[in-house]
Amino acid sequence: MLVDRLNVGLRRIPAWVVYVAFSIPAPWWLYLGLTGGLGVEPIERLEHELGKLALQLLIATLVVTPLRRFSGVNFQKFRRALGVMAFIYVLLHLLVWLVLDVQILSQIWADIIKRPYITIGMGGFLLLLPLALTSNNAAVRWLGPRWRKLHKLAYPAAILGALHFVWLVKGIQLEPLIYMGIVLILLALRSKWVQRYLAR
Amino acid sequence: MAHRWKNNLTSEEVTAEVLWLNRRQLLSGLAGIGVGAIAGSASASELEPNSWEDITSYNNFYEFGTDKGDPKRYAENLTTSPWAIEIDGLVDRPGTYSMEDILAAVTIEERIYRFRCVEAWSMVIPWSGFELADLLQMAGVQPEAKYIAFETLYRPEEMRGQRFPTIEWPYVEGLRLDEAMHPLTILATGLYGKTIPNQNGAPIRLVVPWKYGFKSIKSIVKITATTMQPPTSWNRLQPREYGFYSNVNPGVDHPRWSQATERKVGQGLFARRQPTLMFNGYEEEVASLYEGMDLTKHY
Repeated sequence: MLVDRLNVGLRRIPAWVVYVAFSIPAPWWLYLGLTGGLGVEPIERLEHELGKLALQLLIATLVVTPLRRFSGVNFQKFRRALGVMAFIYVLLHLLVWLVLDVQILSQIWADIIKRPYITIGMGGFLLLLPLALTSNNAAVRWLGPRWRKLHKLAYPAAILGALHFVWLVKGIQLEPLIYMGIVLILLALRSKWVQRYLAR
Repeated sequence: MAHRWKNNLTSEEVTAEVLWLNRRQLLSGLAGIGVGAIAGSASASELEPNSWEDITSYNNFYEFGTDKGDPKRYAENLTTSPWAIEIDGLVDRPGTYSMEDILAAVTIEERIYRFRCVEAWSMVIPWSGFELADLLQMAGVQPEAKYIAFETLYRPEEMRGQRFPTIEWPYVEGLRLDEAMHPLTILATGLYGKTIPNQNGAPIRLVVPWKYGFKSIKSIVKITATTMQPPTSWNRLQPREYGFYSNVNPGVDHPRWSQATERKVGQGLFARRQPTLMFNGYEEEVASLYEGMDLTKHY
């Protein structure tokens, strides 16, 4: 069967491929930014590219389980790598905002407190922090069943990430709404009610 | 009618064409030297007009899409000739004014203005155009008129952004009559002495340099003199975020970001923020228009 053949193929690809592949975009964008390849406002562009890739990677981690459940295709072994890279891109996005964009310390704190879309983005980052720190075998062993529970924080983090995007744009724009829609569908697929409905 | 107002950003400060064509390479070279080198030149660069590329490739013109690059990408399809502006409402000579007739009656001059977007980026732009007051006098604004309303072209076949309701189309803006008649307020038809590119609001757009950029409505097809404060597009969508006046004011923050500082476009990856000036640096010229008004309430 096609799915089995696909899974055999996927088993042959080591998980580090994900780390290697996603360690390319960040330095590439930085290089483009330094050489004029990101247009006339490279700071904004770099910030947006990093943030969008972070959200895409976060969504990828949420795709793994429903994809296996509904199609049998198994990306499970790549999930940790996708999650860790998602965190790294959120962190880089945050660093570009802090160091290159806002620059001014007092304004950074004021922005986090006063501006809902920044508060929300920051909240998403804080939710991902313990997940990144426990993305190793030792932590999985140490936490046991609590590990699975803890890592459900990825769900609210993804919602906050998408909301951060929806909220920061001006006017009604399609792209962030599509991201939000995908996140909500992926989370809905996890609810018992939806699963029971789909099983009928 | 021309030259009622004199630039304090003078034409000597406009970079020669050869220079601005090379500035991109120069800047990227500087980026390698480090942050210090660029930070040191910040005060000089504040008055230096942005390059043609900066001004024509980084635009908010949602009629063509919400990405800053969309206007340049898609605006070339816009038909800008023939073009006419319908002037109606409280005017002595209402009617359709063709671009040819308008241009024959006015004197085009250069105005180098600071341009401050509500999103906290800025540019310095060498416009060419004429004072809005000249056109309003051609139409003869009647004494009862208190406001001037403006409308952008609605043509979804050529303006692909209008096929999606990002904001309510057509884009509309408005000024109080004294703001509209102010000698700083111009209708721009050119950039760097050339015809204004479509992505910058061809063939004719408003420029009100002491207000946030979204007040400077592009590709104008209609002007109406009225007694009532006209609706304005962004105010209609999010009144808490965008007021009717929308004067540049570092002391009144936009709810989602601070307005205290701005970043001038085109300074590369290590651009420093610079303080935003009250009325975008035109306080001396326009502060009297708002005397006695609470600018935190009338934002």
